[in-house]
Amino acid sequence: MCVGVPGKVIEIQPNAAGVTMGKVDFAGIVKEICLAYVPEVKVGEYVIAHAGFAINTLDETEAMEVFETLKQIDDLSELEIPQP
Amino acid sequence: MADGIAEGQGGKKAGEQLAMGLQCPIPISEYPHITLAHGGGGRLTQMLIEKMFVPSFANPALQTLHDGAILDAPSVHLAFSTDSFVVHPIFFPGGDIGSLAVHGTVNDLAMCGARPLALSSALILEEGLPMQDLWRVIQSMQNAARAVGVPIVTGDTKVVDRGKGDGVYINTAGIGVISPNIRVAPTRAQPGDVVLINGAIAVHGIAIMSVREGLEFETALQSDSAPLHDIVARVLDVAGERVHVLRDPTRGGLASTLNEIAASAKVGIRLNEAQIPLDDAVRGACEILGLDPLYVANEGKFLAIVARESAEQVLAAMRAHPLGKAAAIIGEVVAEHPGKVYLRSRIGGMRVVDMLSGEQLPRIC
Amino acid sequence: MKYIDEYRREADAQKFIAAIQRVVTRPWAIMEICGGQTHTLIKFGIDRLLPQQVTLVHGPGCPVCVTPLELIDRAIAIARRPEVIFTSFGDMLRVPGSRDDLLSVKARGGDVRMVYSPLDAVKLAQKNPERQVVFFAVGFETTAPGNAMAVWQAKQLGLQNFSILTSHVLVPPAMEAILGSPSNRVQGFLAAGHVCTVMGYWEYEPIATKYRVPIVVTGFEPLDLLQGIYMMLQQLEAGRAQVENQYTRAVKRAGNVPAQKLIAQVFEVTDRKWRGIGEIPRSGYRLREEFAAFDAEKRFDVGSLTAQESPLCIAGQILQGLKKPRDCSAFGTKCTPEHPLGAPMVSSEGACAAYFSYGRA
Repeated sequence: MCVGVPGKVIEIQPNAAGVTMGKVDFAGIVKEICLAYVPEVKVGEYVIAHAGFAINTLDETEAMEVFETLKQIDDLSELEIPQP
Repeated sequence: MADGIAEGQGGKKAGEQLAMGLQCPIPISEYPHITLAHGGGGRLTQMLIEKMFVPSFANPALQTLHDGAILDAPSVHLAFSTDSFVVHPIFFPGGDIGSLAVHGTVNDLAMCGARPLALSSALILEEGLPMQDLWRVIQSMQNAARAVGVPIVTGDTKVVDRGKGDGVYINTAGIGVISPNIRVAPTRAQPGDVVLINGAIAVHGIAIMSVREGLEFETALQSDSAPLHDIVARVLDVAGERVHVLRDPTRGGLASTLNEIAASAKVGIRLNEAQIPLDDAVRGACEILGLDPLYVANEGKFLAIVARESAEQVLAAMRAHPLGKAAAIIGEVVAEHPGKVYLRSRIGGMRVVDMLSGEQLPRIC
Repeated sequence: MKYIDEYRREADAQKFIAAIQRVVTRPWAIMEICGGQTHTLIKFGIDRLLPQQVTLVHGPGCPVCVTPLELIDRAIAIARRPEVIFTSFGDMLRVPGSRDDLLSVKARGGDVRMVYSPLDAVKLAQKNPERQVVFFAVGFETTAPGNAMAVWQAKQLGLQNFSILTSHVLVPPAMEAILGSPSNRVQGFLAAGHVCTVMGYWEYEPIATKYRVPIVVTGFEPLDLLQGIYMMLQQLEAGRAQVENQYTRAVKRAGNVPAQKLIAQVFEVTDRKWRGIGEIPRSGYRLREEFAAFDAEKRFDVGSLTAQESPLCIAGQILQGLKKPRDCSAFGTKCTPEHPLGAPMVSSEGACAAYFSYGRA
């Protein structure tokens, strides 16, 4: 469920009913996405888009966390004694 | 208007492209739309043929305006193919139903290893179709046919009631000539063969989707519709009968086509996901819509299954051609799991790539 | 693609798999709640790369699969009406009702249209004032902010011709229903990443404590799932039962507060029937009284409907992770993606469809 795709905000504009809309770039494909739920987002930042709505901004620092864990695994595996 | 007729009567001017800006030869102020009478076989039908179709497709065989075209062909191996085109919308980024109809049949002939000799064109027009739209489609067909060097030698026109058609439906049929040393057929795929494709997948299907209501993108992706007869000829030149299978993965995408071949030849096929060319924007669109690019329609793309020893040569020949710059080796034919296609995923896992069921629909869940 | 490609690198995936192999000492059964996660696991072949002792149980995280049959029949009845433009995500169009599906209604002349976003349905209502536009609002909490916004916007615009047919279901009650069942064998949950993006994960803390099961909020890319499974196994092997967050780049404990605010304004929690499982108390959303005018169930009287499930379909047991698709007598024979008997074979991320298409027969 919940196909959510990361994309870069390239434009922000309010629309007719006062709801903030924007243009989001998904690696070259641009789609109009509602930005009402990410009021603090700025142009150039990334959001997760689901069914025409940005449901969150993407935290770039946290995005590296997976790779930090991988590095720790690497270090650990060099220290570990193989199990019998 | 006068220019159009003069062109037809004066014969072909070599290398000349008919500009899209030429005025429609049917006086639009009098006939802004197709009416049922245009399909009646009487004066209005004649007007369409004499003023629009014949001058546009201009060739001696057509000019006789007989029930069928009579062509000269020395005793050779012939390929014969037909296809119908019902794409909607009829004008889309990168093409229209006219150019698609010409490329489609030219490509089917090319997939038989044939050089296209002649095409037919049958139109089913909906009452109310703007005359200007028909003119655009005819011009597009002629531009496409002229670029390939294949004449449209015979045709038919029918008009159906408003609401009973989708603007325009086109059927094209084609005849092609196959050289003696060429023998391509899906059954010829054999274990050890290599699978190649001439470029990025899923472009056409996404281009069409991007202009459908409810799914529009701000970016207009161009369809990759193109005639493949020339790049196929280069491939056949370098590898001759070591080219075992040629196939264009249209509806159902790469996955369905490869499944058909695997079933036909009773072989297994293994694909490598990391090697399948895919453009960023097309990929982005597939991610947003939840579509698997392996099942999205292609145009202007073909698969070649060739003997392993010719793989590198064929790849080089493809890459040297404008329509093959992104060509790649994407997999191989194996003896295991006959009839089934497997994919090695980007992260090293394996999965079966099944035939498409029904139509692939965008999903959000 | 940024934030996608980095999470699909083979070398990194192999590292996680090796780490998982090192940490596992005995059999464990883990459930991934979300159909999108099931999809990734099978599409990338991850389930086959994990050690034998790790069993992945596929959960009811397919809102398409759990939408009650009566509601599908109701949708079909509404879509048949000539004044209605019936809009829906692509997911719902092929789900079988008692006799029919929405695509067949379209084939017979009904105006059924696929949209990417509920706001597209609102636009259609604005453009077609003489027609009634109905949107099939199906989903978990992830989709609720969008649906809430659509209804809110329709109210702002004073639209008289827009309504939604609601089939919203909530994850935590479903988790509790599964954990509370006597036949439950699930020992840990991978919580749905995007549901938690909206709702946060504080709701799972009491569940983890009450049932002593670890819960790891997990994303959807291969590396996300592998890391989530790794974190889960570390907890299980160490006897811990906490809520952890793998998907930190998109999920915070509190979730998306503006989204939750609008959901609460437009919807309220209600009891809901889950297809194949039965009624789970306080497990769905319905429109609040102030927005009743936008409720398609109230606007269209389609009479009473008797829903009839296929007697062969064991969707309920599959959705609860009690059986696997291949345990079903109709799987691959009478029930295939071409002629599905139940929802998990239709929805592209239902367990049965995934198993069938990706060759897990």
